[in-house]
Amino acid sequence: MRHYFSKKNRALVSELVRTDFKLRYQGSALGYAWSLLRPLLIFVILYVVFVKFLKLGTEIPHFPVYLLLGIVMWNFFNEMTVMSQGSIVGRGDLIRKISIPRWIIVLSSSISALINLLLNLLVVILFLFINHVDLLKTTLLLPLILLEVYLFALGISLFLAAAFVKYRDIGYIWEVILQAGFYLTPILYPLTRITNVTFQKLIMINPMAQAVQDARYSSVTHQTLTGYKIYDGGWYAFIPFAIVIIVLVLGIRYFRKESKYFAENI
Amino acid sequence: MEDFAIKVEKVSKVFKLPREKNSSIKSAFVNFYKSKKGYELQKALNNVSFEIKKGEFFGIVGRNGSGKSTMLKLLAGIYTPSKGEVHVRGSLTPFIELGVGFNPELTGRENVFLNGSLLGFNRREMKLMYNDIVEFAELERFMDQKLKNYSSGMQVRLAFSIAIRAQSDILLIDEVLAVGDSAFQRKCFDYFEDIKKSGKTIVLVSHDMDSIKRFCTRAALISNGRLELIGSPAQVADLYEKQNASDKKLSDRDEWYINRGTIIKTIELNNDKAKFSSDEKIQIKLLINSDSERIVFPGLNIFKDGQLVSGATPQFQMEPIMISKDSSITYTYEFTTKSLTQGDYLVDGIVYESGKDTPIFYRSQMLNFYVSSLEGGWGSNNLNGKWSASNPSGDDD
Repeated sequence: MRHYFSKKNRALVSELVRTDFKLRYQGSALGYAWSLLRPLLIFVILYVVFVKFLKLGTEIPHFPVYLLLGIVMWNFFNEMTVMSQGSIVGRGDLIRKISIPRWIIVLSSSISALINLLLNLLVVILFLFINHVDLLKTTLLLPLILLEVYLFALGISLFLAAAFVKYRDIGYIWEVILQAGFYLTPILYPLTRITNVTFQKLIMINPMAQAVQDARYSSVTHQTLTGYKIYDGGWYAFIPFAIVIIVLVLGIRYFRKESKYFAENI
Repeated sequence: MEDFAIKVEKVSKVFKLPREKNSSIKSAFVNFYKSKKGYELQKALNNVSFEIKKGEFFGIVGRNGSGKSTMLKLLAGIYTPSKGEVHVRGSLTPFIELGVGFNPELTGRENVFLNGSLLGFNRREMKLMYNDIVEFAELERFMDQKLKNYSSGMQVRLAFSIAIRAQSDILLIDEVLAVGDSAFQRKCFDYFEDIKKSGKTIVLVSHDMDSIKRFCTRAALISNGRLELIGSPAQVADLYEKQNASDKKLSDRDEWYINRGTIIKTIELNNDKAKFSSDEKIQIKLLINSDSERIVFPGLNIFKDGQLVSGATPQFQMEPIMISKDSSITYTYEFTTKSLTQGDYLVDGIVYESGKDTPIFYRSQMLNFYVSSLEGGWGSNNLNGKWSASNPSGDDD
C-alpha cells in the first residue's frame, strides 16, 4: 500500500496537476480568476432564470444557495469524469515512452477537478454568508458527502479512461448520459416538485441525487427532502452507497486489467 | 543466488493489428456479430530468454522491425509480455526518447521540473539540481522562455541534461545517440563512459556498431523476433553486418520506390544498335512519369563487371524542371565510348527529388550495351593513353 504514495508518485502527481493548471488558463488575461468567475457567472444566469423568472423553490429557505450547492457538486462530477475520460489518451506520449503507473494520470486529473471544486465551494461559502444562512452543525458531514461523490466519480473515471483508449464512442455516449443525469438529478428543481412518490424513490437511488440532497440537508437547510426521509429510514437508503462501492471496485478492476495494454492500444 | 539485474524468461509478444481500426463500439459489435476477427496477429517477439547481470553494459542490436524496440519496451514495463516473464531487480529508467513529456507551452524552467518528476525527483530535489542542469545545457538565458521557442537542438540539450541526473540502478537507452550534432554526441559518449565506471546496469539499443563495440561488455542480436546470438560485442556486430550486407545485395538488384507515382517509365538507346566501337556517340533516352507535381531529375549509374564506371545526373548542368501532375519529361544523355573499355555495360535508372539526398526511385539493369574497343585495354576506364617506344641502343655516333 505504501508504494502507492511513494515519494516518486507524489512528485509526479503534484507536477502533473501543476501542469494542468498552468495550461488551463494559459493566454487568458484573468488567468486563475476564471476558476472563480466561471461558476459565479453560471450561477447568476441560473439564478435569474430559475429563481426570478420561473419562481422555483419558493417553499425552500435559502433556495439560491441550495441551487448553487447542487450546481457546484454536479459540475465537479461532470468535469472530473470528462477530464479523466480523455486523460489516458491525452497523455499518450507518456504512456508509450515511460513506465509511470497509469492510474497516476487519472488520479492527477481527478485532483485538478477536486481543486476546482474547492475553489467553487469558496463561492458557495460566500453566498452562505450573503444569504445569512445559519451555520448548521451537520455541515461537518459535508466533507464525507463530497468524499462519496469523489469516489463515485473516481470509479466512473477509471472505467471511462480505460474504455476510451479502445472505444472512442464512449465520449459521445457519456455526454448523453451526463445530460440525462443532469435532468434526472434534482439540481435545478426541488425534489418536492415531483409529486409521484415512486418516481421520487427511483430518482433517489442515483448516488448523485442522494449526495446532492444530503449536502443541502447538512449545510443549507434541514427542510431538504433526503433519500433517508423518502425511504422512511428503510434499508433502501443504503442502495446509493452500495452503488458507489460497486462502481468504484468495478472501475478499479477494469482499469487494472486494461492498463497493461494502454501502450499498444493508444 | 545469481546476481542478475534483468531476467527475461521465454518472452513472446503478439500484437493485434486491427485491419480497420476498431475504435468504435459499432465496429467492435459488428465484427463480434460476424464472428470475424477484425485484426491480424503479429508476432513481434518469439520465445526470447536472456539475462543481464548487474553492472553490465548490455547492447541490443537488430534491424528496424526486428523486435528490438519491443524488447526494450517490455524491459521498461511499458508493454506486458503475451507469454513469459520479465524480472527486473532494482529501479529502472527508460530513455526511449529524450524529452518525453516536454510541453511546448511551458517555459524551459517549468519543463525541467515536470521532466524531473517523471524521473522520480520531487521539487525540492530538482531545485538543488536546477542550476547544474541549466549550466550543463548552456541555456541560462532561455529558461523563462516557452519551450516552443527553442530550437530542436536546445530542446535535446535540455532533455539530456535532465536525463543524465537519473539515479536508477538500471538505465535503458534507445537510439539517443542518433540525434544532435557531433559536439552533443561527444557529450553522450562522455556520459556513457561515466556511467560505465559507476557500476550501473545499462542496456543500449542501437544500430551503431561502433558504439556497441566501444561501450558494451556483452550484446544480443535480435532478428525477426528471435534471439539470434548473444555474445561479445565484436561477434554480434560481425554477424549483424554480415546479415545486413547479404540483404543489401539482394535489395540492390530489386527496384524500389519511395513514391510509386514517380518512376522512370522507359530507358532506351537512341541509336539503332546496342554494340559500339571506340569513339562512337551513345544517346540514352529516358522518360520520367509522375502522377503528382514535383521537381525531379534523373540519374544513371553505369556499371561494368559489377563496378560503377560512372554516375551521371543533369543536376549540375541544368536547372531542375518541374514535372506537372500526370505528365512526363524526356531526358537525353549523350556521351562517347572514347573512355570505355571493351565489355558489357549495365545501366541503372534513378530519380531524385530536388532537395533530397536519397533517390525516390531506383531500378537496376534497365538497359545494357556492349563496347568493343580492344585498343583501350581492360578495366573500367580507357585513359586514351598512347604507347610509344624508342630504340634502346643509344650509341648513335
